[in-house]
Amino acid sequence: MLPAIEVKHVHKHFGHLRALIDIDLEIHTGEFFALLGPNGAGKTTLISIIAGLTLADSGSVNVMGHNVITQYQQARRNLGVVPQELVFDPFFTVREILLIQSGYYGIKKNTRWVDEIIERLDLADKADANMRALSGGMKRRVLVAQALVHKPPVIILDEPTAGVDVELRQTLWGFIKQLNQDGHTIVLTTHYLEEAETLCNRVAMLKAGRIVALDSTQNLIGKMTAGNSLHLRLLPDTLPSALQALQISHNSGLVELRIENYAQVESILSLLRSEHIQILEMHLQQPDLEDVFVSIMRNSGSKSK
Amino acid sequence: MTSFFTLLYKELLRFWKVGFQTILAPMVSTLLYLLVFFHVLDTHAEVYPDVAYTIFLIPGLVMMAVIQNAFANSSSSMIQSKISGNIVFVLLSPLSYRAIFFAYILASIVRGLMVGLGVYLVTMVFFDIPLQLPFWALLFVILGSAILGALGLIAGIWAEKFDQLAAFQNFIIMPLTFLSGVFYTLHSLPTGWQYLSHLNPFFYMIDGFRYGFFGISDISPYISLLIVAICLIAISMLAIRMLKSGYKLRY
Repeated sequence: MLPAIEVKHVHKHFGHLRALIDIDLEIHTGEFFALLGPNGAGKTTLISIIAGLTLADSGSVNVMGHNVITQYQQARRNLGVVPQELVFDPFFTVREILLIQSGYYGIKKNTRWVDEIIERLDLADKADANMRALSGGMKRRVLVAQALVHKPPVIILDEPTAGVDVELRQTLWGFIKQLNQDGHTIVLTTHYLEEAETLCNRVAMLKAGRIVALDSTQNLIGKMTAGNSLHLRLLPDTLPSALQALQISHNSGLVELRIENYAQVESILSLLRSEHIQILEMHLQQPDLEDVFVSIMRNSGSKSK
Repeated sequence: MTSFFTLLYKELLRFWKVGFQTILAPMVSTLLYLLVFFHVLDTHAEVYPDVAYTIFLIPGLVMMAVIQNAFANSSSSMIQSKISGNIVFVLLSPLSYRAIFFAYILASIVRGLMVGLGVYLVTMVFFDIPLQLPFWALLFVILGSAILGALGLIAGIWAEKFDQLAAFQNFIIMPLTFLSGVFYTLHSLPTGWQYLSHLNPFFYMIDGFRYGFFGISDISPYISLLIVAICLIAISMLAIRMLKSGYKLRY
């Protein structure tokens, strides 16, 4: 199947800074893909190169099979980008902006679809307000709407939920999930890893301009062997010697024990019972994308230098 | 074509929405020049035989208003879009480089002509201004505003800050305009200055435009037309090249 986005051997530097080093990445059609990494890892640079806003030093990028330089018009028709910065044109109202943006893509009289996105993104009250009068969250919604005027098969969202309240975040993700179900390919960057974990089926992690992990979300989490742990608050606050070997930490009365499988929980509990130690609090911690992220970013430190 | 017309419409709407600042204000300042010169100089100077100084001055002032506003339109639109970041919406779209160029230039021409026409209409109320060869006048006013629109686009793309744009305007556009014969005929200048004025492309725009009014000019309108056309082509090619290469727009 035709990949939605194909990035081949892309290099980019700004002065002495090597922003991207030999990036190879294929995002399939219909995927919900997360591009993760700390600030300055190169996520936005990569997105900008895909969008044609930044020119790569070498390598090639295709969107739905169209090269972003030589066939830029077809490539851009297939792509919608929500930029990270809250940019807006202060001369126009929300509806004007959306109709103008439609026109740039060659779409005349896009009123019906524009009305629908205005409705879906809860912008109806502000449709005829000037962009200047909008709050940050509202401006963010308009940015999302602008990226969707031409119903692009591939949608890239660069930190769409940065500084956005809970309600909008839910509206936004509901809408994006719907678009994904309708067949749109979604690529997003975010610093909220639980969002990426629940939404995305595949993840690439960038660090200092390199891809340091690329796998399905489940595989990445599954690889965290040391991830499962049991947290206990005990009375008295002493751990039987038989369990000392499992201890990861013991901070302010909370004991963290490493467990390999769930069956182990039973033996730990029975051991505590036999020692007459009372359990005040207990919860099981499973590894999440955040653990994976932290561990990968820590371990790949030497590689990226 | 829809994308081109949309960008053109947006560019027209942009200055139309702030028409007080972009059309009325420059009209008023141009008419103030005229008022001052009329009172001080009308009786003292006669440039062409049987043409009062004020009458001579009017086409020059009209052209000055046209070129200043054509330049202001594309340059300020571009730099505002760049600095506020909303140029990204144009850059993300499939608009071709040529479509972007022509939309900006055409909007500049329209604003230039609106200001120029406004000044002309007001002066017509008070003065009897001949317009002997309207086709020539129209030709030069369109070519002149197109050149300045393209120069404005180049300046807007090149400048990273407003003060760089102001420098471009004050150290290049303003001297070229003021020393192009808006206020005087070339023949009234010392020989050295006459020679220097011939190097100023703005001189040919104004001289050619004035030819359309009086049927007299400092040099042949055909030569002026040729030079102005060459300037327009060269400057347009540079602007399109900048857009195509992504100079200071796509990093």
